[in-house]
Amino acid sequence: MATSKSNSSPKIELVNVRKSFDRKTVLSDLSLYVKHQESLVIIGGSGTGKSVTLKCILGLMNIDKGYVKIDGQNCTNLSGKDLDTHQSKFGMLFQGAALFDSLPVWKNVVFKLIQSGKLTSKQAKEKAIELLAVVGLAPDVYKLYPAELSGGMQKRVGLARAIAAKPEIIFFDEPTTGLDPIMADVINELIAKCVKEVGATALSITHDMTSVRKIADRVAMLYEGKIIWTGYVEDMEDSGNPYVEQFINGRADGPIKMGTV
Amino acid sequence: MIDIITNPLALIGRAALRFFYLVGKLISFTCKSVVCCFTPPFYLKQLLKQLVDIGYYSLPVVGLTTLFTGMVLALQSYVGFSRFAAENAIPTVVVLSITRELGPVMAGLMVAGRIGAYIAAEIGTMRVTEQIDALSTLSTNPYRYLIAPRIIAGTLMLPVLVLIGNVIGVFGGFLVSVYKLGFNPANYIFQTWQYLELHDVTSGLVKAAVFGFIIAVMGCFCGFNSKLGAQGVGRATTNAVVSASILIFVFNYLLTGIFFSGR
Repeated sequence: MATSKSNSSPKIELVNVRKSFDRKTVLSDLSLYVKHQESLVIIGGSGTGKSVTLKCILGLMNIDKGYVKIDGQNCTNLSGKDLDTHQSKFGMLFQGAALFDSLPVWKNVVFKLIQSGKLTSKQAKEKAIELLAVVGLAPDVYKLYPAELSGGMQKRVGLARAIAAKPEIIFFDEPTTGLDPIMADVINELIAKCVKEVGATALSITHDMTSVRKIADRVAMLYEGKIIWTGYVEDMEDSGNPYVEQFINGRADGPIKMGTV
Repeated sequence: MIDIITNPLALIGRAALRFFYLVGKLISFTCKSVVCCFTPPFYLKQLLKQLVDIGYYSLPVVGLTTLFTGMVLALQSYVGFSRFAAENAIPTVVVLSITRELGPVMAGLMVAGRIGAYIAAEIGTMRVTEQIDALSTLSTNPYRYLIAPRIIAGTLMLPVLVLIGNVIGVFGGFLVSVYKLGFNPANYIFQTWQYLELHDVTSGLVKAAVFGFIIAVMGCFCGFNSKLGAQGVGRATTNAVVSASILIFVFNYLLTGIFFSGR
């Protein structure tokens, strides 16, 4: 991916974000930014709050403290039409693809375009087939239902849906989880290609270091609700941070103890 | 367990707070959903699908239930009324019991079992597989797309089902009375119409609309707030059916009190 190291204003900015569930604090004073058309990947163990971070930015969860800004505008805890406008800027590839079971593949892919009334049914079907080709799926897949697809195909359809409306920002939630290494690489390639083609800002969360190296411009490590390291992907190996080194090398011994993350 | 012995008041307090929290959440959910039923955008295809699912596909269940209810009612009434030579009252008892009470309540309970569970399982699965979150990221309000069509369809279709169920239930009583108990068919029909008032039917239909609303709201609420994977969806389904059934009985009493007070 093109690595942008310019000091442009952030597309996404989180300032001292705090989020708790009952008595458990998941995010504590989390601060993070993503520049325009940059691809940032958040890494971290299970249960460290990576998915919660995405949901807080999307407005699917309200935060307890702090700010979420998009293009410098405060988008914290929106509701009603403001929230609808805010969410229209995003596309998202979910961990399990989250395709609508009751709809065929083509209606899933162009769901947003159909709902906005921009396309007729015929145009929508053609657009869906076009998008399926972009993610490497044969045209005849359009009429199948999500339950008839393999995990890798579902991820591709999810990716096609995420880029269909050319969003300004795309989120990828564990895009390669549950896929074999070859399919994971195919998805990584597609993510890198699609984000570049759409010109979107990308924010991904993953455990998969191969994926990180393939799709990230910058990397941030989340630990105990805080960002403990950020840097360019090429600097990750020499971060000098023992948490990052343990995580990217997948070692059991180190400062991160299982059960504490 | 230790809490019950050491601090029973804290336990009661926590349970009360949890109860009021849930009631508040349900009221907020219901208000939000009702607003979405009356404000655009409307998803007519979704509404049509729900009208068919809730109305058309529930017809066999409701029809069979009311048919046998009417038949049993005629038999039981005959056993009692023959003891003081009041068999002629059976057609009136059957038609009034079916239209005022048994039609709406039996149909409500059967639809709660069939549709309440179906709605909760469907929406609950959508929740745990992040399909509801996906709707939000696709600029579609889940309340308008998922909840409002089900509530409108539930509220509109249950009175239709009850109306058909009433006819079938009365017909069940007619069958037993004429072919088993030896009633004259023309006389039975005359007796059925003689004491039936419009108010008896309309009050039953209003009850049915309220029950339909309750079933759809509880199914949607339990599914929408489903947690913890398959176990959570199972719990949501059970909660939807149990809570809808209990609320049907509670509202049946309240509405009966309102309709028949002073009559």
